Amino acid sequence: MAHGPSQNFFSRWLFSTNHKDIGTLYLWFSFAMFLLGGFFAMVIRAELFQPGMQLIKPEFFVQMTTMHGLVMVFGAIMPAFVGLANWMIPMMIGAPDMALPRMNNLSFWILPFAFTILTSTLFMEGGGPNFGWTFYAPLSTTYAPDTVNYFIFGVHMMGASSIMGSINIIATVMNMRAPGMTYMKMPLFVWTWVITAFLLVAVMPVLAGAVTMMLMDINFGTSFFDAAGGGDPVLFQHVFWFFGHPEVYIIILPAFGVVSQIIPTFSRKPLFGYSSMVYATASIAFLSFIVWAHHMFTVGMPIAGELYFMYATMLIAVPTGVKVFNWITTMYKGALTFETPMLFSIAFVILFTFGGFTGMMLSIAAADTQYHDTYFVVAHFHYVMVAGAVFSGTAAVYYWLPKWCGRMYDETMGKVQFWIAFIAFNITFMPQHFLGLAGMPRRYSDYGLQFTDWNMVSSIGAFLYGGAQLLFLYNVIRTIGWGKPIDDPQVWEGAEGLEWTVPTPAPFHTFSTPPVVK
Amino acid sequence: MMKRAKALFLGLLRPSSLLLAGSVSAESVTRQLNMPRGVTEVSQAAYDIHMIMIWICTVIGVLVLGFMFYVMFAHRKSKGVTAANFHENLVVEVLWTVIPALILIVMAVPATTALLKVYDTENPDIDIKVTGYQWKWQYEYIGEGVKFMSELRTSQDEIYGRAPKGEHYLREVTQPLVIPTNKKVRFLITGNDVIHSWWVPDFGVKRDAVPGLFTAAWAKTDQPGTYVGECTELCGLGHAFMPVVVEVKEEAEYEAWLAGKKEEAAIYASTIGKQWTFDELMVKGEQVYGRSCAGCHQVNGEGITGVFPALKDSPIALGPAEGHIAILIDGVAGSAMQSFAEQLSEVEIAAVVHYERNAWGNDVGDIVQPINVLNFKQSQ
Amino acid sequence: MSRTSTHGGLLIKLLMGAVAMFAFAIFVLPPLYDLFCEVTGIGGKTGGAYTASEITIDTSRKVEVQFVATNNATIPWDFYPTEHKVFVHPGESREITFFARNKTSNDMVAQAIPNVLPNNAADYFHKTECFCFNNQPLGAGEQAELAVVFVLDPDLPVSVNAVTLSYTLFDITDRIPMQVSQIQ
Repeated sequence: MAHGPSQNFFSRWLFSTNHKDIGTLYLWFSFAMFLLGGFFAMVIRAELFQPGMQLIKPEFFVQMTTMHGLVMVFGAIMPAFVGLANWMIPMMIGAPDMALPRMNNLSFWILPFAFTILTSTLFMEGGGPNFGWTFYAPLSTTYAPDTVNYFIFGVHMMGASSIMGSINIIATVMNMRAPGMTYMKMPLFVWTWVITAFLLVAVMPVLAGAVTMMLMDINFGTSFFDAAGGGDPVLFQHVFWFFGHPEVYIIILPAFGVVSQIIPTFSRKPLFGYSSMVYATASIAFLSFIVWAHHMFTVGMPIAGELYFMYATMLIAVPTGVKVFNWITTMYKGALTFETPMLFSIAFVILFTFGGFTGMMLSIAAADTQYHDTYFVVAHFHYVMVAGAVFSGTAAVYYWLPKWCGRMYDETMGKVQFWIAFIAFNITFMPQHFLGLAGMPRRYSDYGLQFTDWNMVSSIGAFLYGGAQLLFLYNVIRTIGWGKPIDDPQVWEGAEGLEWTVPTPAPFHTFSTPPVVK
Repeated sequence: MMKRAKALFLGLLRPSSLLLAGSVSAESVTRQLNMPRGVTEVSQAAYDIHMIMIWICTVIGVLVLGFMFYVMFAHRKSKGVTAANFHENLVVEVLWTVIPALILIVMAVPATTALLKVYDTENPDIDIKVTGYQWKWQYEYIGEGVKFMSELRTSQDEIYGRAPKGEHYLREVTQPLVIPTNKKVRFLITGNDVIHSWWVPDFGVKRDAVPGLFTAAWAKTDQPGTYVGECTELCGLGHAFMPVVVEVKEEAEYEAWLAGKKEEAAIYASTIGKQWTFDELMVKGEQVYGRSCAGCHQVNGEGITGVFPALKDSPIALGPAEGHIAILIDGVAGSAMQSFAEQLSEVEIAAVVHYERNAWGNDVGDIVQPINVLNFKQSQ
Repeated sequence: MSRTSTHGGLLIKLLMGAVAMFAFAIFVLPPLYDLFCEVTGIGGKTGGAYTASEITIDTSRKVEVQFVATNNATIPWDFYPTEHKVFVHPGESREITFFARNKTSNDMVAQAIPNVLPNNAADYFHKTECFCFNNQPLGAGEQAELAVVFVLDPDLPVSVNAVTLSYTLFDITDRIPMQVSQIQ
């Protein structure tokens, strides 16, 4: 058994079975995808800077909105959290590595191929997927470009990757905890990830089922979603959102976990209500299975259905509220300092709460008649997804980067990045609430003159926000190459947990002998 | 900047307040920040519940985040505080689970009432079928024999910046939907190809138009005016270019409009829409030929050698009807044969083409219907 | 190592779970949805042929039944109800027809998909005979009168005094080449 990383670059990274190396691969891959998806977003915002079609054609615009969604959700956010899980879960539970290291390698290396295929459709005849990341039939079946088959193949591959990654995480957590590390002692990040992994195993196959049915409708003459043959396009939406709503929580739950690690550290006080946090996470995961049709309030369901989905959706506010109250109470009577990870985490709490409020408004079916598929919805899910997943992901990187590479990031630059990101984020997405309420639908390549002002503001914000990400990239590279070396295992004064007991930088192999947790 | 911020703040609370200051100009439309109150019971209900939610969220947000800001200010390490070590308190945890649940139960009441209004589609006075097409709307007044397409009127030049954008950029259509005041109008919404969604914010009506599926929505208002809406379900590249425009007219005005439409439809049905017989077309065609063609091509269809080509035994008259129609509509460049597209109606063109193909010993035997001419024109 | 075998067991269980969810999505959700639709009348789906049992005619009220026709994807057929609406007593059997004409010079096959509005009437709208039970082949230029025989269930909620029956006509020529060759 080798005791260090292979010296050969290719064999180290291509054939890696080490959880830290694979975690690193996941993180860099997701950042590359984040920049790609961000580039698509910049194209969208540049076109929407003023009314009229200036830069691109409407058909390319819809490809951009579709690819932006797909790349950000499946390429950037999900792999980023899998990367964090790879790095941190074994170190947090005192395991030497992930349970299934070779499958770990496979589940990562599928992703670059999946996204190469998906992105390459943009250059093919007929263009890339142009039916939105929700790909409603029949726009994505009967009326889709031929490249839809590549899209389906890509989705299958990333689904397989996610399922393998999740199985690995579940196996690691269930079988490889250090002696004494009972379930109710696990750090919250581990808890949220286990719950997320179960969600993934449950719903990624449903997505695979949805695209398989599409594939058969397109190529083999079945009619799952085609009314002509006795199918129903609305069935597609049910199947998609049966996957899609849990998917939203798959994105946000690990973010909850990250924030639940960081806030106690910089409050120098244990997390308030640990067990209620666990139960709240589990109930959010459970509720995610029974609320899917709130994405379909305008489809014309019977009123009983609408009422049920409305009430069930409103319920989600309860466990989500518990989490917010817990984070704030953790800070209460702590000794707070505001390093970059803490700033991002607090911003997460503020912005996520705001996104939660708009989410509650959206749950009211009668009002949703007006909100549905407008920029209000776009603003809502960017408040929870960007402020939720991206802010917490950034916080996580700043928080654990010194442990990973044994060097300290530039605090001033981190804070500058935070303030630019925080302000630019709000300049970008706050006006989108007004646009939506005033009547601008989403996925519009062009708009009436009355929407000009806020679109301009939003675009300027978006470019600024994009710039902040480049600063982030620079800060990370600078840290890895030239940051101030540190060797304190603790790194942060208030940090607690097994990952802070190993040396800094974390050696290639940790916990080859399991620690004993009291 | 301050002005904008103030407008923003006021706008969030009371959109109508913006209108008090100045005239109702394009400027005030630009600054609309909130959901429109609208002109129907449903849109009012949606607006009211929306405002209730905003206020509840504002109060909770101010309390919760206000407390957090207080903590961030008061319990910072730089003030020399020492961290406490508590990490649970059953009473507090139960309270902040139960209180939000109670608030939700209270909110469920107006939310349910509002939704019941959306679904109250019984006993309509007028039924209108709304069909979504890529990328236009079709309106059919059920039982009245009136139906028409409503397409974007904004020109491609305006969209692509080759011409200045008009005041109603992307908010204008060829033929708006017209409905009367004080009548309950039920919309039966369906899709023709992909899923669209028919939205008129001022009516509080947004319904997906799914092919093969019908759903119902309704509106009743006492306020005449023009109301603009949009397609809100991604339907392909023209998604942003199929606005909805509805004109609400006083009842008498509406009746007059509908009567005009019916007359148009009747004329259409008796001419273009009608299936003409072989002989009817021959009679009509002979008249048109005598008036518009015989001057050059001669009554016997033999033309004048070297000057005007003969139609008798001509390859065009004996060839496919499409090509024949094309000559009449497009003309022949560089010759005396001009385009008749503007001079003759579809019925006249069909009749004369039919006549030319079946007179003087020409015996193609097919029937050229006015609809064929119309289709040809539309396919150009 | 015992650890590896525990992983193996878990791996197999989780994979089986994933496969089960995949099968659930494809084989269980669609029929479940159809069943759900039929029970609740979602989308106004009306179910298959109805075999009339003993129904008493409720002469105390009349219900307006309105007919609507739509051509999907602009299928080039004339397709419209020959009557715009009729008034019937619940329990009374009534035949109405739709006119269809294939305006093209190709043989075609179409399928009509019914819908009933309001949704809560769908369960009470029984079709004893309907052209929508089969596909409709029409040769080039051919026309036909397509019949529907329906009965409104006397249990139809009293609040419903108007029902709309609509058909959307789909071109399914490509789906069943067999049938086309049969017409020829």
